[in-house]
Amino acid sequence: MLLVTFPQGVDTFYDLRTMHEMSIAQSIIEIVTDTLKTHPDARVEKVVVDVGVLTAVVPESLEFCYQAITADTPLANSVIEIHTIPVRVKCRACNEESSLDSFIFVCPRCGSSELTELSGRELNIRHIEVEE
Amino acid sequence: MSVITVERKVLQKNDEVAAQNRELFKQHGLLTLNLLSSPGSGKTTLLERTLEELQGRMKVAVVEGDVQTDRDARRIAQYGGPVVQIVTNGACHLEATLIRDAVLQLPLEEVEVLIIENVGNLVCPASYDLGEDMKVVLVSTTEGDDKPLKYPKMFRVADVCIITKTDLLPYVEFDLPTLRNNARQINPNLTFFETSAKTGEGVDEWAEWIVSLKRGTR
Repeated sequence: MLLVTFPQGVDTFYDLRTMHEMSIAQSIIEIVTDTLKTHPDARVEKVVVDVGVLTAVVPESLEFCYQAITADTPLANSVIEIHTIPVRVKCRACNEESSLDSFIFVCPRCGSSELTELSGRELNIRHIEVEE
Repeated sequence: MSVITVERKVLQKNDEVAAQNRELFKQHGLLTLNLLSSPGSGKTTLLERTLEELQGRMKVAVVEGDVQTDRDARRIAQYGGPVVQIVTNGACHLEATLIRDAVLQLPLEEVEVLIIENVGNLVCPASYDLGEDMKVVLVSTTEGDDKPLKYPKMFRVADVCIITKTDLLPYVEFDLPTLRNNARQINPNLTFFETSAKTGEGVDEWAEWIVSLKRGTR
């Protein structure tokens, strides 16, 4: 029997890692840092992300984690702007496209459950706003 | 102020490693199942009964994910198959890189089915593709038949739903048709099983399904 432990280097945030928004915030910062390699003089003011409501990411938690792990880093004065993306579906029975305001996957027009998801699973960084 | 376009998936790295895992599993002809539920739904106990059912029929390897301790891996190791324990040290979910590191410790050429027992949590693991073929969500009869409505995202991404602890049905407020109906409203494509690890009821059907899936699709 063998043991594999979580990659180290994040121990400072031990208590916060019980929410996965912390590891998502870390991934965001990695991508931002990577992007800044080609813009060495840029100072980040805002990171704009899309979060679909199907992603199981709580925007407030993500914001909290982002602020927590950017403190005392070059990103300390930046903010994260989260755009919540609703679930949109296309009904395969009646062809109607609609937004769902609950997780009941039933076509609001005809009641069919034969739906194709159009959006709601996004977890993307759109762009960053910088001062150069 | 200027804008730098990024247009990248936040979990791109995880998804890339998950795709590599999937390729590795495919190369070895592995069927890979990711077991998900809240803590205490009976993932490990169902897994034990499943391993008993599959003994001599399928070569099964297990990856155990827990926040602390290797208690589950020790339980599973008694069944003789290869097992790796991942201890997340506080993290609430498994990620694709952890699975990659874990499966590299397994004799994959001798394995037909890989079962990953995720960290007990009905929220966080839903976001992370591990490279598995199917996500299997467990809900126990003591948790209530409204569980899918309360944790819709997990039920939405799952392929299979196993209702566990059915031997307790006479004692709890849990209506099987209501559970199925609630889950189907969120995900009409779910395949259901009803099991009791205590009496063994339904475990054979679930195990049989694993065997036929492995033989039929590979």
